Amino acid sequence: MARVREVQGNAEALLRAPFIYRDDEALEKKLQLSLILRLASYMRPYPKLIGFALLATGGNLVVTLLAPYLVGRAVDALVGNRQSHLLFEYAAALVALYLLNFAASFCRIDLTNRLGQRVIQRLRDELFVHVQGLSSDFFDARPAGSILVRILNDVNSLQDLFTNGVINSITNVFTLIGIIAIMFSLNWRLATVALVVVPFMFVLSLRLTVQIRRAWQQVRLRLSRLNAHLAEAIQGMRVTEAYVRADENQTFFEQMNRDYMRTFLRAQRFSIPFGPLVDLTGALGSALLFWYGVHLVHTGVVTVGLLVAFANYLGSFWTPISQLGQLYNQVLVAMASSERIFQYLDTRPTVTDRGVVRELPPVRGHVEFCHVTFAYQPARPAIEDVSFVARPGETIALVGHTGAGKSTVVNLLARFYDPTSGEIRIDGHDLRSVSLDSLRRQMGMVLQETFLFSGTLMDNIRYGRPNATDEECIAAAKAVYADEFIRRLPDGYFTEVQERGTRLSQGQRQLISFARAILADPRILILDEATASIDTYTEHLIQRALKVLLQGRTSFVVAHRLSTIREADQILVFDGGRIVERGRHDDLMRRRGDYYKLVQAQYRSMMEG
Amino acid sequence: MAGVYRRLSRFYRPYLSLLWVSLGFLVLTALLQLAYPYLLKAIVNRVILGHREELLLPLAGAILLASLAKGICNFTQAYLAQVFGARTAFDLRNELYRKLNHLPFRFYDEIHTGDLMSRLTADLDAFRMFFAFGINNLLNLFFTIVFSIGMMLTLDVRLALLLSIVIPVLAATAIRFDKKIGPVFMAIRQTLGRLNSGVQESLMGVRTVKSFAREAHEIDKFRDRNQAYYDANIRATRLWRTFFPAIELTGNLGVVLILLVGGWLVMSGHMNLGDLVAFLSLIWYMIWPMSQLGFFLNNWTQATAAGARLLEILEQEDDLDASLEEVDRPMDGLVEFRGVSVKLGGEYVLRDVTFTARPGQTLAIVGLTGSGKSTLVSLIPRFRDVDEGAVLVDGVDVRHWKRESLRRQMGFVFQEAFLFSTTLFANIAYGRPDADVDRVQEASEVADAAEFIERLPDRYLTLVGERGLGLSGGQRQRASIARALVPEPRILILDDATSAVDMETEEVIQKRLAARMGRATTFLIAQRLNAVKDADEILVLDGGRIVERGRHQELLDLGGLYRQIYDMQFRDLEALRQFASACKAEGER
Repeated sequence: MARVREVQGNAEALLRAPFIYRDDEALEKKLQLSLILRLASYMRPYPKLIGFALLATGGNLVVTLLAPYLVGRAVDALVGNRQSHLLFEYAAALVALYLLNFAASFCRIDLTNRLGQRVIQRLRDELFVHVQGLSSDFFDARPAGSILVRILNDVNSLQDLFTNGVINSITNVFTLIGIIAIMFSLNWRLATVALVVVPFMFVLSLRLTVQIRRAWQQVRLRLSRLNAHLAEAIQGMRVTEAYVRADENQTFFEQMNRDYMRTFLRAQRFSIPFGPLVDLTGALGSALLFWYGVHLVHTGVVTVGLLVAFANYLGSFWTPISQLGQLYNQVLVAMASSERIFQYLDTRPTVTDRGVVRELPPVRGHVEFCHVTFAYQPARPAIEDVSFVARPGETIALVGHTGAGKSTVVNLLARFYDPTSGEIRIDGHDLRSVSLDSLRRQMGMVLQETFLFSGTLMDNIRYGRPNATDEECIAAAKAVYADEFIRRLPDGYFTEVQERGTRLSQGQRQLISFARAILADPRILILDEATASIDTYTEHLIQRALKVLLQGRTSFVVAHRLSTIREADQILVFDGGRIVERGRHDDLMRRRGDYYKLVQAQYRSMMEG
Repeated sequence: MAGVYRRLSRFYRPYLSLLWVSLGFLVLTALLQLAYPYLLKAIVNRVILGHREELLLPLAGAILLASLAKGICNFTQAYLAQVFGARTAFDLRNELYRKLNHLPFRFYDEIHTGDLMSRLTADLDAFRMFFAFGINNLLNLFFTIVFSIGMMLTLDVRLALLLSIVIPVLAATAIRFDKKIGPVFMAIRQTLGRLNSGVQESLMGVRTVKSFAREAHEIDKFRDRNQAYYDANIRATRLWRTFFPAIELTGNLGVVLILLVGGWLVMSGHMNLGDLVAFLSLIWYMIWPMSQLGFFLNNWTQATAAGARLLEILEQEDDLDASLEEVDRPMDGLVEFRGVSVKLGGEYVLRDVTFTARPGQTLAIVGLTGSGKSTLVSLIPRFRDVDEGAVLVDGVDVRHWKRESLRRQMGFVFQEAFLFSTTLFANIAYGRPDADVDRVQEASEVADAAEFIERLPDRYLTLVGERGLGLSGGQRQRASIARALVPEPRILILDDATSAVDMETEEVIQKRLAARMGRATTFLIAQRLNAVKDADEILVLDGGRIVERGRHQELLDLGGLYRQIYDMQFRDLEALRQFASACKAEGER
């Protein structure tokens, strides 16, 4: 209370902020050679594509350099002695050049796009496969949303760089050099005068693109906040309407909206002049060219055609210069994205098949924890010195308050994590000595929240055993009492599950996951009972289904239902990461220890009432 | 379809003057554009061939001046159009937001967040773009072509007519290309969407994937989709690689044509060299805009379709009649249902429900899934209206209460505890943004949220929501109960609001709610009968009807549905009771 008062003064704004949206991660980073080299290495597998793409751009380059010259010569042919045969020759040469240009452009566009798409496809593949193989600590440490952004958005933001950026920038540099060279070789004095503006163009372009980029960054930031608010407002609209917050929210939104509009128009004020300024410097170049060039024509140093050719060359300067400016921006953005991507790629899975591993032979179900200690964060053990034995076919109930260590035991057993010290053995095999795949294939898990994949219910039941027939899936559903409600759905087993399975109740989803587990028929089952209350009828089905599910396999249940706990062969009571009591229900009740207190607390009111 | 723009005219009409001025500058820009070829012609004809060197400096200067003037006009037209588009979008966005804030609950039951978001972002932007530059692009194209042809005609009629043939060919190519690229873009979007949702699914369900060792399956799924996205992009490439080179080639061949035909005219003395040079630069003024005709037209159709989708939101009708709303006064909390029936899709979800809840009483509603519990309580704050009968608060039909007044005096806790992206404090004070710290803390105390909040490093200033700290389901529910208490409602509705908290906590919350000063009339929906046993009256719903009513013990004695539910839930308890009495007996012995 005192604390709140204390911050109230200086954090009144924070306290009263209707909504707060944190900004995304950095949009761009400084140039870093190591990152650039690493990015470039992704192009290495495609030497042919790169080679031919460069060849094609070379074709474009030749045309860019030769065509204006030929046009100039054609013009000269007109002025001079009316050599119509020359005119025809130049025209024929131009047609040939332009056809070459068409073919080269065709190949260049095709090859550069292919190259870019291939690189992106491979990078995304590598990232996804890598992330899939990472261990639970990785996924537990960050929300799925932020991982998603990396695999999708960050990779996509590199797409432009790879499709257009790299090859084009090489061409652009050569084009600039080529034009300058050809102009100087034709007439160095005219070239000098005409090109006076070029350095000016270059600086202007770079300055402007940087300004423009920054302005648009501001726009994107605001837009993403605006959209974040919209998405949230839609999802929480019932709350807003129920609490009559429309007016306050409208004020907030309009302010946000206005801020966005202002930033947007500011960015436009930077962007729009770009074209006209380019044009103006171009005009300056032309004016200089003509002013000086006409004298040269009259003194007979150059021809009219050359003047026309120079005007054309000057016109071809802008595209490469402005594209190089864009490339600079693209690379800055790529630095930020690739740094994040590589950070993921450099993360190593903590739980892996290390050294020599064997396939775990078919399991009988003897599970042993020997003095197991585990800490998620150093020096803060989640469980300490936990030892127990589960014989094949037994049901072990894990009970205790939230954070007592029940879930940790389950996480270690499924080898989502490896113990800090101690050993876990199944049929005498240390978990770390057998392959992850062979272990998990023989183990089933029913999590608190059932995750349903998009697809039919049938596909979802089949998830743990892909080769099961429809009949086997239905039999599994029947065994756990899921058949009844599934059949009542309009499409029965072929009902499509929506994103996150919204159409089914939580209890029904749990029954589906029971069916999934029983079909996979694991020797060892881990079950995390949901705490949420489920409607009575479904709850009744779940209780019956549980009995079927637990039968004949070694089961570990993080239990909340007394009915489940009572029938367990062994109850392990956890407190502060240690087992404080163990035994069967009746014995533990009689002992009147921690277990008794736990049960009492849960059921006190009803026992009184 | 044209009706779309008429129906949306109130958003852009106030700013139309911006558009008119912008279009004026647009015409000037298109005219000034011709200055360069004109001056070029003059330099060649008069200065170079005619040797009037005194004209060189003024002409070269004119090139600069014309470019400057054109730049200013171009900037003005483009910027004003952007302002026009941005202001229109600003108003439209505000109005959409206002509308969303007042749409009936039914609307949110039917529509997906993703769909609504794409209307508010992509559609709104498509509509804006047409106003911000779509109109200008189309008109610019028109004026540029007309002026260019006009100038060509003054230069040389024969050559001009010859070149004019290119225009329809270009236009047809551009439009055909655009027709082809449309579906390809669609395919790119769709395959990307599938790729995204696939990755999302694999990540969200990563524990399930790993626990069944199905990583290989997820990777296969991903690779298929990644390949499909690649293929779609390559399909686009196949179109690009012909389109742009073809347009460029057309222009280039036009240049050759001018050289040949024009050259012949020059040589035969029918044309000046300067005119020919002007032609050479004029042709590009026609080629590039024409090549984009397809995009411009597409922009227009997109905007029309987008506008229609926006209108669907804007013209949503409020299905609650507001004409009778007039009562606005402090509430006591007397709630009466008189013969209330509600139909959904032609079927009754509530039928002939009658009961009275007096101020301060607690009324519990029990029943299996789909029995109509949530529908019943949603009638009180008027989230929807009855089809038959009436719901009265303080003796006044809820349809006669001012909606704001009605809702401000009620607290409704939804099944799904939604928290916004802001501090816990602002979330809890959501219904009373000016609430003081004590009140928020008090409410948190009652909802048993204070304890976990105090344990957070930033306590009430902890950021929650999408990018904030992830709270557990039970914690969110407790915070949302606190949120309902801050406005000190006269009627409190808890729609399965404690489903994710354990039984102990549920007990605590209920005791504190009951002990509160000046307590509200409370409606309670809960799955666990444990939670409802102390209610003043319990209504048992089945198939939309009240089948039993009474207090806990009465209903147990009745031996009906309530008893059945009780038995299902508390078989365990019986065993415990037996155990307890056995122990007692043991102790007594």
